[in-house]
Amino acid sequence: MMGLAVYWVIFGLMMIGLYITIVDGNLIKKVVGLTVFQVSVFMLYIAIANVEGASVPILVAGVDNYSNPLPHVLILTAIVVGIATVALALALIVRIRESFGTIEESELDLTTPDSQNDH
Amino acid sequence: MRFRDLVAVVMLAGLYSLIASGLFIVMDAADVAFTEAAVGAGVSTLLMLKTLTLTGRYKTPKTSRHIIAFVSVALTGGLLIYGTHDMAPFGSADAPSQNHVSRDYLENSISETGTPNVVTSILASYRGFDTLGELFVIFTAGIGVLVLFDGTGARSTLRPPLADHLVLRVVTRILIPLILLFALYVQFHGEYGPGGGFQAGVIFAAALILYSILFGAAAARRILSDDETRVLAAIGLLLFASVGVMTVLMGGAFLDYSVLTEDPVAGQLLGIILVELGVGITVASMIFRTFLEFEDRQCADEAQK
Repeated sequence: MMGLAVYWVIFGLMMIGLYITIVDGNLIKKVVGLTVFQVSVFMLYIAIANVEGASVPILVAGVDNYSNPLPHVLILTAIVVGIATVALALALIVRIRESFGTIEESELDLTTPDSQNDH
Repeated sequence: MRFRDLVAVVMLAGLYSLIASGLFIVMDAADVAFTEAAVGAGVSTLLMLKTLTLTGRYKTPKTSRHIIAFVSVALTGGLLIYGTHDMAPFGSADAPSQNHVSRDYLENSISETGTPNVVTSILASYRGFDTLGELFVIFTAGIGVLVLFDGTGARSTLRPPLADHLVLRVVTRILIPLILLFALYVQFHGEYGPGGGFQAGVIFAAALILYSILFGAAAARRILSDDETRVLAAIGLLLFASVGVMTVLMGGAFLDYSVLTEDPVAGQLLGIILVELGVGITVASMIFRTFLEFEDRQCADEAQK
């Protein structure tokens, strides 16, 4: 039972991120929620890769029990892709703010861009 | 508890990333922890704060209940937790995920690629094609930022807000060479210790960003101009892809570095070093350029006011 509790905590964090992403109207907070969700997915992969009593997967003489390196590779690249997509999302938010004057979902009126601020 | 101050929200998100990177260390993922600390707690937080200067620090308070969202999130979470009962317990060595290809990687990494850091050998060699794809995503996202911020052509002339902090300026002048040196160490020692192109690229960009925060974007552009970052981002990607084309021309499969030299292991090492260098160049120039674009936007925004 204890062995699964780690995953439950991670799923809890993941759902917090998902909830923020759905519910919060502020676009920055949506991105933060997405980040929380994303980092929990990273944790899930790394937790699955973990082997009891094993070592970091850098081979040294005298150690023959290593954690699984494959999920580490997937997550390592996912983190850097994550920052690239977050940067793109933030750039979109800045442009939305410039064109519509707000980043609150409830105040966004997509039919009438504010022409004064539109570059 | 609802936060209306978005700076607090962003700082907490950065802390969350930092704690996560500590957890990654505990779970034996040194390379991942390294990346998460540099990216999640560093660059990502910085870009969000930069966005806040453009979009406003406070959010409008709202008190609506979201029953449907709560129920569907709770249901999703419940199903996920229910699903864990089919998973092997945390840390078990005989879980299905530990007993397929990864065993091969651990056993053959030294004899096939000469690389003790198995994460690096999988990233750059065994799964090099995946990594090339990831690099394309980063490149494309960077281009997306450039396109979105195109139009004004304004270059930031803002006086850096920390320009008067003498202690910071002196310390930074001493620190930046060390950070750059560390980035090069991470880049070229990635085969033997935690590190590699992705981490090195982020650390290199962090040093340049630090310089630009303290001495202004104009000074940072004298180190790497916009044309240079644009060309460098493409060169890194081209270097990676052309190593793949080389291996095809020399009679091997795409990104199978064994054919690059007489000795297959030396060929693998050469290939890994080259593609990691390509990754580092593209990541560093793209992240640095993205930061500068946000900086320019802030300058244009303040000029308008």
